[in-house]
Amino acid sequence: MKKPLCVLLILLLLAVASLLLLPMAGMKFIPLWSEGKELDILLLFRFPRVFCAFIAGAMLSLSGLAFQTLFRNALATPFTLGVSSGATLGIALFIRLGLVFSLPGFSSLSIAAFCGSLLAVGLVYGLTRLKSCFSITTLLLAGIAVNFFFSSLVLLIQDFSDPAESFRMVKWMMGSLASADYPRLFNLLPFLAVGGTVMLLLHREMNLLMVGEDLALTRGVPTGRIKKLLFFSTSLMVAGVVANFGPIGFVGMMSPHICRLLIGADHRWLTPAALLFGGAFLAVCDTFAHSLPSGAEIPVGIITALLGGPFFIWLLLSRR
Amino acid sequence: MNRAIIQIENLSLSLAGNDILHAVSFAVTAGEYCSVIGPNGAGKTTLIKCIAGIHQKWNGTIRINGKPVHQYKSRELATLQSYVPQAEGRTFPLSVEEFVAMGRYPYQSAFSPLSADDHRAIDAALEQAGLVNLRARSMDTLSGGERQMAFIAAALAQETQILLLDEPSTFLDYRHQANVAALLNRACREQGKTVVAVHHDINTALSASHRILALKNGATAFLGTPEEIVQGRTLEEIYETAFVRSPSPERALPLIYAGGAL
Repeated sequence: MKKPLCVLLILLLLAVASLLLLPMAGMKFIPLWSEGKELDILLLFRFPRVFCAFIAGAMLSLSGLAFQTLFRNALATPFTLGVSSGATLGIALFIRLGLVFSLPGFSSLSIAAFCGSLLAVGLVYGLTRLKSCFSITTLLLAGIAVNFFFSSLVLLIQDFSDPAESFRMVKWMMGSLASADYPRLFNLLPFLAVGGTVMLLLHREMNLLMVGEDLALTRGVPTGRIKKLLFFSTSLMVAGVVANFGPIGFVGMMSPHICRLLIGADHRWLTPAALLFGGAFLAVCDTFAHSLPSGAEIPVGIITALLGGPFFIWLLLSRR
Repeated sequence: MNRAIIQIENLSLSLAGNDILHAVSFAVTAGEYCSVIGPNGAGKTTLIKCIAGIHQKWNGTIRINGKPVHQYKSRELATLQSYVPQAEGRTFPLSVEEFVAMGRYPYQSAFSPLSADDHRAIDAALEQAGLVNLRARSMDTLSGGERQMAFIAAALAQETQILLLDEPSTFLDYRHQANVAALLNRACREQGKTVVAVHHDINTALSASHRILALKNGATAFLGTPEEIVQGRTLEEIYETAFVRSPSPERALPLIYAGGAL
């Protein structure tokens, strides 16, 4: 059997195992064969939480992969370039203004987050269009600036809010899966369905874009349209996660990069691998987050950031 | 054989307020090897990129097979012409074979595996470029010369009538320079492909080309045969430096090198 197929099968097994076994873990171990109240806890709280974590992780990983491919750099992800903070800004504005609007299948909160992330993606995209020879360092610095700018706007909005609204915003900004339940699970699914399908279908185009935009264009890829489609899907997936659980950083940077080391750079294998690995990764991180012996749950965003910070620096140092 | 496969009329392009190309007109016949030469910043790369469809905001007309280039879908255009960019040292961890297979993109649909035709084209391209033994190697472990051969092989796998190349042999060692020259010569003379190549080195352009286009400051400075360009003070006017023309034991055309007083 071909090596990438083997790796992908192992990742699939890992993902299924994480979905089936992780619900047993927590502050109290509950085996799958429990009954009564414990079975209720398992079915009503633990399973939806692990599934939510998996889907959120998969989407963060896929959107990270899309950015890494489009910008041809492992350090460029929606989180580092300010897309998450754009989505957070959208939500803060939404809560402050009390807007309610809705499209079938997507909550109004996610639409607000989507507008915010689309704004940030537009900013990043516009910056790269401004000068064709934009260096990756400039791009990352611009991402930091966008991040700071949006974060300050969020703080400003918070300052004008009453304590109840302000509390809601702070809870969101921590990045936690504590609010995971079935409605949120079903809210997340359409985001993954759309974003994941687009990315799995575009594996040839992403391979060519990774090599270079000029080359992709002359091989027959309608690069403008494909890039917009990828930016759109990325915004959608980031918005889905942020609207439901807040910004969770670094999954989108670590997971695709680790997968690239495991399975190679061919997106035919890399995209499904990133989906499975990212999902399992966040599910494991979240299980740690709520089963620490101290008894108190910590937001999963803190765990991923604690892992991701050193990883970012390692990537920065190992770059050729 | 006298059909113009590429027709360019009055091509002008400004980037950020600077005139890069100014009223360039020329035509390339099917099966011809046309070299584009000129000093640094003359607009050679820009011209190739205009033909390849990478630059799109120019004025004038570019026709491929008689049809304006912007009326083609990118996929359709990619079955007529392929492009080899200037080597820039960018690497990526794909195998040589995977990379060459990407040249088949315009013939594929989203989930279909490579067809028998695709495999035949990929094998032929690897064979011609002498990469059969390197097909499983990762692109980021190749030398500059091997990598350039892989880029040309990918363009050959695209099976197009036209090959556009931007400085295909600059920065290569002598063996790889000779390999690239032989490969392009065969593609043109034996397979009847049309080659438009930017060349930095005049002697390479002289020995390879049917015709030479020289650009200077974005405008046409010379268009004619290799025999004509070595006459008089044409080269001196293009490059604003003196040249020595030394008789070659190998060919009728002299060897050219910079030197002497203007």
